[in-house]
Amino acid sequence: MKGPAWRRRGLLAASLGNLFFLYLPIAVLIVYSFNAAKLAMTWQGFSLQWYAALARDHALIVACQNSVLIALVSTGVATLLGVSAAIGLERLPWRLRAWLDGALLLPLVIPEIMMGVALLLFFVLIKLPLGLLTVTIGHAAFNLPVVMVIVRARLRKLDPQLEEAARDLGATPWQAFRRVTLPLLMPAIVGAALLAFTVSLDDFVVTFFTAGPGATTLPLKVYSMIKTGISPEINALSAMLVVASMGLVALSLAVQRRRIFTH
Amino acid sequence: MNQPGIELREVVKRHGSTVAVDHLSFSVRRGEFFSILGPSGSGKTTTLRLIAGFEHPDQGDILIDGQSLRDVPPNLRPVNMVFQHYALFPHLTVSGNIAFGLEMRGIVRAEIRSRVSTALDMVRLAGMGDRLPAQLSGGEQQRVALARALVNRPAVLLLDEPLGALDQQLRQEMQVELKTIQEQVGLTFICVTHHQEEALTMSDRVAVMDHGRVLQVGAPQEIYTAPASLFVAEFIGLSNRLDGRIAAVEGTRCRIEAPGLPIIQADAPAGAGPGRAVSVVLRPERLHMSQQAAPNGFDNVVPARVAKAVYNGHEMQYQLRIDERLLWTVRVPNADGGQKRFLPGDTVSVRWNADESVVLAQ
Repeated sequence: MKGPAWRRRGLLAASLGNLFFLYLPIAVLIVYSFNAAKLAMTWQGFSLQWYAALARDHALIVACQNSVLIALVSTGVATLLGVSAAIGLERLPWRLRAWLDGALLLPLVIPEIMMGVALLLFFVLIKLPLGLLTVTIGHAAFNLPVVMVIVRARLRKLDPQLEEAARDLGATPWQAFRRVTLPLLMPAIVGAALLAFTVSLDDFVVTFFTAGPGATTLPLKVYSMIKTGISPEINALSAMLVVASMGLVALSLAVQRRRIFTH
Repeated sequence: MNQPGIELREVVKRHGSTVAVDHLSFSVRRGEFFSILGPSGSGKTTTLRLIAGFEHPDQGDILIDGQSLRDVPPNLRPVNMVFQHYALFPHLTVSGNIAFGLEMRGIVRAEIRSRVSTALDMVRLAGMGDRLPAQLSGGEQQRVALARALVNRPAVLLLDEPLGALDQQLRQEMQVELKTIQEQVGLTFICVTHHQEEALTMSDRVAVMDHGRVLQVGAPQEIYTAPASLFVAEFIGLSNRLDGRIAAVEGTRCRIEAPGLPIIQADAPAGAGPGRAVSVVLRPERLHMSQQAAPNGFDNVVPARVAKAVYNGHEMQYQLRIDERLLWTVRVPNADGGQKRFLPGDTVSVRWNADESVVLAQ
């Protein structure tokens, strides 16, 4: 970047300011998760006691298991449906595609709370008891467009002649997909799945509306713990969630950025 | 014509309301290098895609060795294509790309390996088998695309603007190489191009296409020296044109009147009669320039003024003003280096013999 020194320094200051604004609260949270004090706001030395306390908390471990299970299954479902939808949409005549596009991307823009309420009403209407299953369905629903958007972006960049070349060389439509299209989409699919997994792991609103009594996830658990006062245990739990999420998102981006095979 | 390798019969293909291919018929002999030459939008790529099976004719039929391809999907046709932008599989190595077609046909691994290595040798890429397409130059990618198609020994190899993405020098090298490979393997090649020089140098026969129709099919020399229509004459090579009217026909000769010019002698076109509007087509290298006005044995002499003289290394290219409408190009090879040059503003005479022009109906 070129330009006068004051301008470069100004840009640097603005960027650092932004980073502070975004990450200072998170940094404070993580630092205080190592605080030995019982009361959160005073520093009394380094300690891992709150992490140890987490490991002994049975309810918390169950919530963690629920979260991972829901994230795994909903990601699997969303990925399968999202990839199929992305590929199917690319082959439709564009007028129909424009319509379906809008319909499938809507969940990305409607407020999450409305999605939660709608899902709740829907499950009540079809008399499906609330529980792990309903949460999983809800997560799959909001993750489907996420997967679809990422996979389609990649699909658009693929040379459509690659599939023709495969057909020309003797591949059936399925073989052409398996041997050429799918491997080229793989980075996008894996990246999308990792992102979907993260979004599911962190989701509160939809989970809140669709979870039954036995289906407490980590974010729900944190929320209920806060109601009885902020304990350093929550700091420790949140710190772990933050680190796990950021790790997964970073991994997702890294996979997607792997050399894009296009001309 | 002996047993044709591939034959198109009255093939029609419409894209919406436009007719991309219009009652197209031609046949290509086995082992022939056949080019389809035409401007963009002439339907030549559609023709290739119809043969490959990516598109289906609305009418008509395509036959290979007498067998209709009507309901045969692309993967079962004995045809392979070299795509314009190569369409190499970016996630597979060079060898992986070349082996793809053989793997699809379930050929045993050992044979695949030996055939891939033979193909690599043929396109002079031995030792490059483990590279990815992105690590190759444009010319190398082009050769991989060729090897990937050739290794399957198709009955017909289709090439879509095969040299279009290469620079001028590489293009000329590859023209020769492509022709050499074709003679080596003895396969039928059908090559689509808009580049007339490419078509003329490589092909046994050329079909000139426009608006979905074949205008003329013939050997390169025939197409160049005896174009069947004005379009063909003007599309292939540079040509000078003179519009006039037949004044008289005497045996195989005719006399043509053009306003403001002396009477022009030319070979009479078939079925020509007096009064017919015609165009006389003259190739720039068939015209002779002189400072003398005398015919000196030539049938035709037309006075002109030099408008521009361009030195091209191997030749001089002159633009001659015949009258206010006509500007002709004449090429004079720089064979002896010291040949006297004409300068802009010089008055010269342009001369040619009757059999050095082609007369075409307008």
